This record gives sequence, C-alpha cells and structure tokens, in this order.
Amino acid sequence: MSDPLPRRPDIRAGRLPAEELATGFADLHPALERHEALVEADRCYFCYDAPCMNACPTAIDIPLFIREIQAGNPIGAAKTILSQNILGGMCARVCPTETLCEEVCVREVAEGKPVQIGMLQRHATDTLMATGEHPFKRAAATGRRIAVVGAGPAGLSAAHRLAMLGHDVTIYDAREKPGGLNEYGIAAYKATEDFAQKEVAFLLKIGGITFETGKALGQGIHLADLRRDFDAVFLGLGLAGVNALGADGEASSGSHDAVAWIADLRQTADLSGLPVGRRVVVIGGGMTAIDAAVQAKALGAEEVTIAYRRGREAMNASPYEQEVAATRGVHLRFHLQPKRIHAEDGHVAAIELERTMIENGKLVLTGETVTIEADQVFKAIGQTFLPHGTEAEGEGIALERGRIRVDAARRTSLEGVWAGGDCIAEGEDLTVVAVEDGKVAAMDIHAALTAADRVAAE
Amino acid sequence: MADLTTSFLGIASPNPFWLASAPPTDKEYNVQRAFEAGWGGVVWKTLGEDPPVVNVNGPRYGALWGPDRRLLALNNIELITDRALDTNLEEIARVKRNWPDRAVVVSLMVPCEEAPWQKILALVEQTGADGVELNFGCPHGMSERGMGSAVGQVPEYIEMVARWCKQHSRLPVIVKLTPNITDIRYPARAAKKGGADAVSLINTVSAIMSIDLDNFAPTPTIDGKGSHGGMCGPAVRPMALNMVAEIARDAETVGMPISGIGGITTWRDAAEFIALGCGNVQVCTAAMTYGFKVVKEMISGLSDWMDEKGYRTIDDFRGLAAPNVTDWQYLNLNYVTKARIDQDKCISCGRCHIVCEDTSHQAITSMVDGARRFEVIDEECVGCNLCVNVCPVEDCITMERIAGYDPRTKKPIPDEYGNWTAHPNNPMATEKLQHAPEPVTLPDAAE
Repeated sequence: MSDPLPRRPDIRAGRLPAEELATGFADLHPALERHEALVEADRCYFCYDAPCMNACPTAIDIPLFIREIQAGNPIGAAKTILSQNILGGMCARVCPTETLCEEVCVREVAEGKPVQIGMLQRHATDTLMATGEHPFKRAAATGRRIAVVGAGPAGLSAAHRLAMLGHDVTIYDAREKPGGLNEYGIAAYKATEDFAQKEVAFLLKIGGITFETGKALGQGIHLADLRRDFDAVFLGLGLAGVNALGADGEASSGSHDAVAWIADLRQTADLSGLPVGRRVVVIGGGMTAIDAAVQAKALGAEEVTIAYRRGREAMNASPYEQEVAATRGVHLRFHLQPKRIHAEDGHVAAIELERTMIENGKLVLTGETVTIEADQVFKAIGQTFLPHGTEAEGEGIALERGRIRVDAARRTSLEGVWAGGDCIAEGEDLTVVAVEDGKVAAMDIHAALTAADRVAAE
Repeated sequence: MADLTTSFLGIASPNPFWLASAPPTDKEYNVQRAFEAGWGGVVWKTLGEDPPVVNVNGPRYGALWGPDRRLLALNNIELITDRALDTNLEEIARVKRNWPDRAVVVSLMVPCEEAPWQKILALVEQTGADGVELNFGCPHGMSERGMGSAVGQVPEYIEMVARWCKQHSRLPVIVKLTPNITDIRYPARAAKKGGADAVSLINTVSAIMSIDLDNFAPTPTIDGKGSHGGMCGPAVRPMALNMVAEIARDAETVGMPISGIGGITTWRDAAEFIALGCGNVQVCTAAMTYGFKVVKEMISGLSDWMDEKGYRTIDDFRGLAAPNVTDWQYLNLNYVTKARIDQDKCISCGRCHIVCEDTSHQAITSMVDGARRFEVIDEECVGCNLCVNVCPVEDCITMERIAGYDPRTKKPIPDEYGNWTAHPNNPMATEKLQHAPEPVTLPDAAE
C-alpha cells in the first residue's frame, strides 16, 4: 500500500502512555535507603590523604562524610559536604563521579567497584534537606553589598558564601527562575521532583540574598553601574551562544539547538504535551548530546541516533554516560560529520553525514557519505561565551580563548570584578567546578573587602 | 573421608558439634529438629527445681552488629528452663530413646546444697541421658540467687558441688565455667579436684550491649530499665580460645577433657578449639542466628580440611596447637621481622602509613619521589604487624623474618634463640637462658 500524500514530518506529542513516560523520566539513580547507605558507607576504607577528596573540585572531605553516615550521623555528613559545596545535593546527582572521585577510589583501583560516593552524598544531603533546616548561620552584617550576575551554580555558590560571611548579595538573572543550567540544562531524569528549585530555596535560607529576574548585562543592568553601586561584582554568566553546525539546511524547521530544546523540556510541566520526532538525530559527543538523545527516546522517539565526528574514545561524554544512552536504546555512531540537512517543504527529512577518519592525529573527511532519515535534528556541538554584555560597557574585560580570563582567585582584569563558572577560560564546564569558582571568588572578595576595611580603619 | 566421630568422656557422637545448653535445646521439638539437621549432640537447657523460674515478658536479647547487620554477638537475660521439671525429663528420655546415636547431656542448676543436687541427679539418670553439665556460668538473674556464676566464681563451691555430683551419680560430670573471673585456671583446678570429668567453657560474658540514648537505659529495655546480660557469639571467641589454652597448658589441669564453647560459627572456629585440645565443641549463637542448618557447613568444612591435611580422625589434630601457646618471656627476641608491602597488590589507601605515622613508629612512607607510594622504612620498622592488621587487602603486607643485621637497632641479629629471661635489661635475668617448660602431652583419647 503506497502513501498517496507527500511525506510529512512525524513530530508529535503523546507518543507514550503516561506510565511509560513516567518511567523514562524517573530518577536515574533512585536514592539509597538508609540501610543501603550504611552498607555502602561501610565499604569506604577511610583512606589517608584520600584520592577521592583530591579529585573533587570542591575538595569535599569524602572519607569523613562517609564515616559520619556510617556512624549514623547523615546530618553531620551533609554539613561536611555543604561546607565545601553548597550545591552538594545537585552535584551528587549530576557530577560525572566516574571521572572524578569514584574514578580514583581505591576500591575502583582494587576491584573495579568504587564506593558509591555520589549516592552517599545524595543520601546525606537529602536527609538534611528533608529537615527543612539550613545548617549555616550568617556572620555579623558587614554592610557590604555585592552584585552577582547569573544565578547558575557559580553565582549561587558565590552568593551563599558571601551571605554567610555577612555581606548582602543581589543576584541578577535573565531567566525567570534561578538555578541556571541546574534548572534549564540538566537532564530531567537527573534532577527529578523540581530539585533545582528546592535546592535554591534551601540555599537562600541563609538570608541576605535578593534575587532579581529578567536582568542581564546590557538588559536592565550595566557592568559600570554595578561596579559603581556595589562593593564587588561576581560574573557567573554561563555560555549563551551555541556553535553552528556549518552544514547546509541548518535553518530548516525541525533542526534544533539541543540546549534550547532541553531548556524547553525542563520547563514543560506535562511532558505528554511535548512533541518529538519519530526519528531523531543528535549531532555531538558531549553530555548535552547524551541528555538530548536519552530524553528524546524517553519522550517516545522510535529511532534516536547520536552522530559524532570522532571515535568513541574522543567523546566528552564519559563511558558511563554512553552506556546510559546505549541501554536506553540510543544508537551511537562515530566518525560521521554533518554535511547537509535534506529538507522537504522546508522541513528536515534526513541528514547527510560524511565519514571521517583520523590521519596523523587530524580529522579528515573521506568523501563517503551516509544519509540518516530524520524528523528532527538536534545539534549539541558545544556552546560559546557571548561577551556582549561586558563589551557593551566599553570596559574591555580581558578574554582568553574566547572566555573571561581570571587568576587563581577568580579575579578578572577589571578591578572589583570576579568571575566563575563556564564563562571563564579555566576549568572544565561542570557544575562542581562552577561551585568551586563561586566559593573561591567569594572568599577572595571577602578577603579583599576585609583588607580594605582594615586599611580604612588605620 | 575423614572420621568426625568423637567419644567425649565415653559419650559417642557422630561429630564434634554439640548444641550448647541454651534456648535451642529447651524442648524436644527443637532438639528433634537439631538432630534431623545433623547435630552430634545437645546439652539440654539447664534444669532447675520446681516451681520453674519465670522469664521476663519483655525483650530478653540484645545484639552487637557488624556491617550489614551481621550479628557479632548476642546478649541475653533469659534464665534456665522455665518449664516444669517433669516435662523436661520426659522429653529428654524420649529424645534419647529416639536418637540413641546422639549425645544428650543435661545441664543442671540447683541451690548449693547437697540434697537438691542428689535429688535431681537421680531424676536425670532415669532418663537415660549420657551425662550432666553443671551450670556454674550464667552471669545474670540466677547469680543473684546464689547460683550460676555466683558458684563459678568461688572455686571452693565448684569443688564441693562437683564432688557431690560424682558421689551421687554414675554419669560423667562436666563443669561449665564462667569467664567472669580473673584467672580461669582456678575454677578449672577446683573442678578437677572435685572429681569432675571435664570442663566446658566459656559461658557468657557479663555485658551491657548498648545504651539507648533516647531513653538513657540499657538495651534491651524493659519498662525503662535494663540489667546486664550474658554475651556470646563471634565477638567472645578470642577470649574463649585464651581461656581454653590456659586450662589446656596448666600443669594442674593438663589432660582434663575440655568441651570448647564461645562464638564458634564455622568449621574453622571449631578446628581452632580442637587444636587447642578440646574434645568437642558446643555452639549456640550461630544456630540462633542462622538456624540449625549451619551444622552442615561445619561438618563438610571440617571433613574437607581434615582430608586435605591428611587427618583421619579428630584426635589426629586435637591439641596440636596447645604446646605452641607459651608465656611472653619465652618468645624468641632474636626473631626479627619487617613489614613487606607488595606494591602490585597495594591499592594505595594509605591506612598502613597513617596508623604507623600517627600511632606507631613512623615506619611507612606516603610519598616516594613525589608520588603517592607506601614503602616500609626498615630503619624504623619494629615489625609490630599493625599495618598488616589494618590493610584491607589480604596478603598485601606480610611480615618477613630478617637475619644477620637489624637496620633499626643497628646491631647484628643473633642466630640462636634468645628470650627475656636472660636479657640484660631484665632486672630478674638469670645467668642461664630459661626455656619454656616441656610441652605437655595429651593422653590418648582411648584412655
């Protein structure tokens, strides 16, 4: 039987029954029960100069918090965690522990089965958060005011630490909700039950932090004004730009930026109303590619393919993330670089990719092409820092490799301006790294203001 | 296939595994199930005078747990049997009749007067039971009434009651000892003097398992209060082994048959007690933790190990470890060891380093040439074995004997045996090196 009608893109909502949809978006790692946590905690050897602790960008005292869990004090464990990393709850969910603490766990080395540090961290922080109590108290008010631009992990971390040290903080963010990528970027199945917002609410309980939405540099606020009106400024701007595919037909309907699509998905209350293609191709090799592909599959896409231009080993997504995608039915294909998007009536119909190979360490095209039929194409090939908010001020903040240059204390080239998170040149683009940036910057801001006070008093 | 049969005081048993006098042996129903599972014998739960005692109606056990709630010890405040004497006697007689090849020994506890002992012994003898065990061990409840450990803590009472029992019964008499005493040799000697045929040990250790920090009371808590109980299980095993060894090598009690008790959980535990000279073993906590089936592992494990080692009978290895238990003063001070870390097995947890650094001799590195690496510094290592004990990897750290020269003391190591008795630092040193007394030899089982 032939179809007399012209081919239509098959993009629609409600592909799956409610139960199946719920399963697909359920918690990737259900929380440990209390007894499970005790048993797991007991596996920790309480290493000397523990490798896990050294591998943690926020230097959480992991052996200590695990011992606290084991001794029946999960609240104390949470305090140990949160004193180093106020977003320890989210980090427990999204950290690629397999390439950080758990990779160097001596039990990973010994038996290929590390202590489940991430799960234990979640057990502790969940237990504390369930009490509704905030574990830290603010120091006496200093009368100092600090502006934080960007309410993502870096900004929230900086704001909390500054507030704790007695300063008053105003956070600005362009979006409606705080959280940054925790709210708009992380895959839904990693932070279920509105965790990002719950965590922000928990963090704000420290007091002294005001939040202003709808404002970004150049939109309602200006760096020059902030520098004039506040004692210090912290920029946690994130990466607002996305890389272009550079393939023909990129503008066709059905071709999406994966980051924006995930943000939409995260803000969709009823996922049964979110349309997805029957056949989806995701271009990229990082976490965003995995998150987009797995969630497209979870929405009911029948065929989901990740196409990456290099080999598996070069993927930014860890082997664990790749496994998550593969076990959820995502087809991973390698050495394929997008050449053009075939459109019919202005809509994506297929993507043509060219096979690549590595020659003398360089990626070269082979001329051979592969075409994959698709109703939707997502590009997840990296994000870029858009400096317009900063340069609009004519201040000329110094950049390095396209991002803000900072020193070890996260000071930018501008006096009184610190920066951290994905917008700076240093460090991996990870939540936990952003938290550390914010913390380090806050401590340095505090030191600078305290020193200034001392000078003023003399 | 090894022969596991034993003849303890002439009481035949298909294997050395008996159930100790305790809740598992309180009723015919339980004992029947035990024999079906393969236990070689039972010591029937302690009988007393009528009217029977009563037990608390709240919780009577407390526990000490290891990881994953593995039971390391139980603590109990249960008393002797709370059933009528006749009921127990009838059941004992029936069980013995139904299981003639199994050992049935009856535990007894009556006041420290001759008449009650004489009376109950006669009743037990009528059941056809194989022997009696005198419960001088229970440290809770009954001891408040002048029985149990209250007797076991006074050697003269032990001797006196043992003598009555030997006088008034033709049955073999085993005296069960309490560990709640400073030197276990004294009650054992008293038992022997009184004519007892054997001792069994240890009974439970007086203990408070834990304090409930919400109610500020010992656990288990009965209406807000708790009393100490008797602790048993794997946690008490090392203490039991020492007490068995003390009796096995004491000149006054050497050769006296011993029934080993205390945390025996696997075949290996049983083999260790037998190696110290025990003629059989008694088990309670393992059964109360896992059920009677555990005896199957004990039987197969012991049998397979004996086959592997070439021991045909229990007596072939019984007591082999006893001569090697000696006094500190006879240990060879010229036996010098150093820790050796197998770098291929090391997982770099650093525990050996930190315990040595913080609490001992600063003899293990943490960094070598700027890299995380744990190596023994022979110049500092006293060979204490702490690193071996804390290392989570089996056989990663071992102790190696060195000869010739000790880099720590910077002195040569004498080749010959040398001990404290003639050491220059010993104010009591004798001119001539003293050797340990000749190891005692156990009499043949046939005797």
